Order: sequence, then C-alpha cells, then structure tokens
Amino acid sequence: MGLAKRIIPCLDVTAGRVVKGTNFVDLRDAGDPVEIARRYDAQGADEVTFLDITASSDQRDIILHIVEACASQVFIPLTVGGGVRTVADVRRLLNAGADKVSMNTAAVTNPDLVAEASAKVGNQCIVVAIDAKQVAPGQWEVFTHGGRNRTGLAVVDWARRVQQLGAGEILLTSMDRDGTKNGFDLALTRAVSDAVDIPVIASGGVGNLQHLADGVSIGGADAVLAASIFHFGEYTVRQAKEYMHERGIEVRL
Amino acid sequence: MSSTAGKIAVIDYGMGNLRSVWQALVHVANGKEIVVTADPAEVAAAERVVFPGQGAMPDCMRELDARGLRAAVLEAAKSKPFLGICIGLQMLFEHSEEGDVPGLGVFAGRVRRFPADKMHSPQGDKLKVPHMGWNEVRQIRPHALWQGIEDGARFYFVHSYFVDPVDRDTIAGTTDYGLPFTSAVARDNIFAIQCHPEKSAHAGLALLANFIQWQP
Repeated sequence: MGLAKRIIPCLDVTAGRVVKGTNFVDLRDAGDPVEIARRYDAQGADEVTFLDITASSDQRDIILHIVEACASQVFIPLTVGGGVRTVADVRRLLNAGADKVSMNTAAVTNPDLVAEASAKVGNQCIVVAIDAKQVAPGQWEVFTHGGRNRTGLAVVDWARRVQQLGAGEILLTSMDRDGTKNGFDLALTRAVSDAVDIPVIASGGVGNLQHLADGVSIGGADAVLAASIFHFGEYTVRQAKEYMHERGIEVRL
Repeated sequence: MSSTAGKIAVIDYGMGNLRSVWQALVHVANGKEIVVTADPAEVAAAERVVFPGQGAMPDCMRELDARGLRAAVLEAAKSKPFLGICIGLQMLFEHSEEGDVPGLGVFAGRVRRFPADKMHSPQGDKLKVPHMGWNEVRQIRPHALWQGIEDGARFYFVHSYFVDPVDRDTIAGTTDYGLPFTSAVARDNIFAIQCHPEKSAHAGLALLANFIQWQP
C-alpha cells in the first residue's frame, strides 16, 4: 500500500458564487462555494480547487473571504487559482487559508513569477496550470487566456520548465476535451506525467467514472480533477473512489 | 494562575501560513485558547506548544534564530506537551540534507531526501517528489495521540525529506513511499509527525484533539 491517487472536485467561482449551478438536493444555497466544498469534504474529496473566474478586478477580493470561510470549516487541502499575477497575490491567498495557489497565464508571460513565488513560499504551495491543445499527433501547445491565445510553447517542454522553475505540481487541462465529457486526453496526460518528477493533475473532459480511472491507470496522473460530474450530482466523490478502488487503484476511502 | 495558563501556543517564526494549523486547533480546542505567537515569553507560559513548519528547512532554522525562538523551543521540548508538524518534526533532528544545515538536535539522527533510485512503486511506476497526498501511517507503537485513529489511517503529506532517527525506539509511525520511512516520532512529552494533521480531515482532527487532551 502507498500513496493514494487523489480526486479533486473543482468549483468555478465568480464574484463569490459558484458559476455552474448544482443540483445537490438539500443544499441551503446552491451557489455558495463554502457549502459545496463542505459537501465534497463529507463525500471524501481529497482536496478542493476553487477557480476564480471573476472578470472585474474590483471584485477580486471576494475570493479571499470565500477562502477564509472555507478554510475555517473544511480541513482538507484547498487550491485556489485564477487571476494570480504577483507574489503578493500568492501571499494574500495563502494568508486567507489556501494551501496551494495555481497560476496559468501569468506563469507564461512572466516565468520568473513561478521561481520567485516558489522561493518565497515553497514549491509545495505553487501549482502551474497548463492549458493544452493538440496541434499535431502527439504534439500539444500551451494556450493562455482561457484557451484563446497561442503561446508557441510545446506542452511537454513547458512542463519540464515549470518544474525547474519551482512548481510543486502541474494542473494539466486539455482544451480539446474540456466540456466534452469524452474523457481526458490520455496521451497528453501520459506524455506530461512521464516528462516530470512532480505530481500531475489531469483535467478536462470527464464524463463518467471510467474516465477518472483511465486518467490514473492509462494517463499516469497522480490526481484527477472534475467539475460537472460532481456538481450535477451524477456521481458522488465516494462513488468515484469506490469505482477506482474496485479497479485496483489506491484511493482514500 | 497566570492569564496564559491553559493556552496552546503555535510557534510563529515567520515561515509560511499558520492559519490552517490555528483553525484546525480551534475547531477541536473545546474552548481552550490557541495563540499564534513569536514571543518567547508566551511560548514559555503556554500549557502546550505546537511547532509547525513548511518550506525549506534552512530558511526555517534561520528564521527561528532570527526571531530568538530557539531557546524557547528547546525549553518547551523538554518540559511540556509538544507537537511538531512537518518541518517542525524535521527541525528537531541533528542535521538535514536540505541545504546541509544543522537542526535543533532534540532527536539524534538526520533528515534525508527521498533517494532517486528508490522512487518507484512495487509495480514499477515512477514515484513523484514531493511526496504529495494521502498516505497510510502505520502505528508502530501505542500512543495517546493515536487514540481513536485507525492503524493505517491516511493523512495528508507534502514533503521531499524525511527523518531517520538513530534511536529506533522513538519511532511512533511509519509510511511507505518507495521505502518505509519514519512518519512520526514520540518521546516523553514530545510527539512529532511528518504529515499535516490540520489538512487530514477526520484522522488529523482526531490527532489534534488527542494532543490537546494529552497528559504525558
């Protein structure tokens, strides 16, 4: 027995509210990120990720209050990403109670941010999120700004680079699969997982429990992240873990 | 009684975020006051002490000394219920490979990095470093802090180095990651653990609650 593969529900949050509605039957407030995080904790989630997609910068501080409230009630690791541009942003989120901070576009435009933040707060707190699109068979390019902008960076090279810079973990999202419910891009996941020594979280495309298991057993991911299959109550985190456990994948039950 | 009697002091030497530790302790404190403090006098006056740590051990040692907290930590480790967490465990040892720095020497032994040649699972899969996530802690011997926690319960870990005690009788818990390593030590009034009980859901909260009740 050894380290468990992690299952991480992700919540998109804007101006303090969860974006995609949830249909948990008995939630007091279906848009409250803290209440949903508590629900996932009770189901056995290994971590929770908040992605702050707030467009307007004057509402950015709202996420800090959400993180504070969550950290006082949910005693599992909490990762927060979205709009992180400076070391000060990283510090503010950690001080509010986040355990890890994820950076995406800012890491591409300013790789020194990864190095600087990692040196200041430790690489265990720094996640680099990579949005990948396939550009040729077996080749993927890094995109930023929610998949709108090309960077010219090859995903595997960039993954190695962010590890060198001091990332403690990579959150790898297939833009081709995101929202499709067709499963992870397993070749992408495998290519990145094999290329780095830090943990890789697979993301984008989960539509059923088999997809989660494949991400680990075929893709080689250390953790799997999903949003909609949990939000809409199709499956609980517990069901996902039992499914993976039955297929010989080590999980925390 | 002084006004600080019964307080639990979380030692703050400026490395990283202690909010999680504080919040989890408050959650199980049963009304006891939890203070996060960099004041040696407050540490000395506390009923019990939590010594957390994250980041790199050389930075932690430097900051501990810069804040004049070394003596207070050493005294607390001699005299009152003392809980080390993560780097707070590693700093209790004599020396760390991380940055090749001396530690506090409360326990004999060294802090080692996970060796690259062992970082594969029995099935041959590559094991990543840092060791990040939920792993099992085998309770090598009975201890008050294990009370109510299943042997082999999973706790949340994030680390690249582990302690290697000279006195094997001090080992309270072990975990497998490429090799079996010491994940908890205990001696007299000291209990110290590599994982993060403040982030380990029920098992972690139970351990913290046990610490608050502990009468070594």
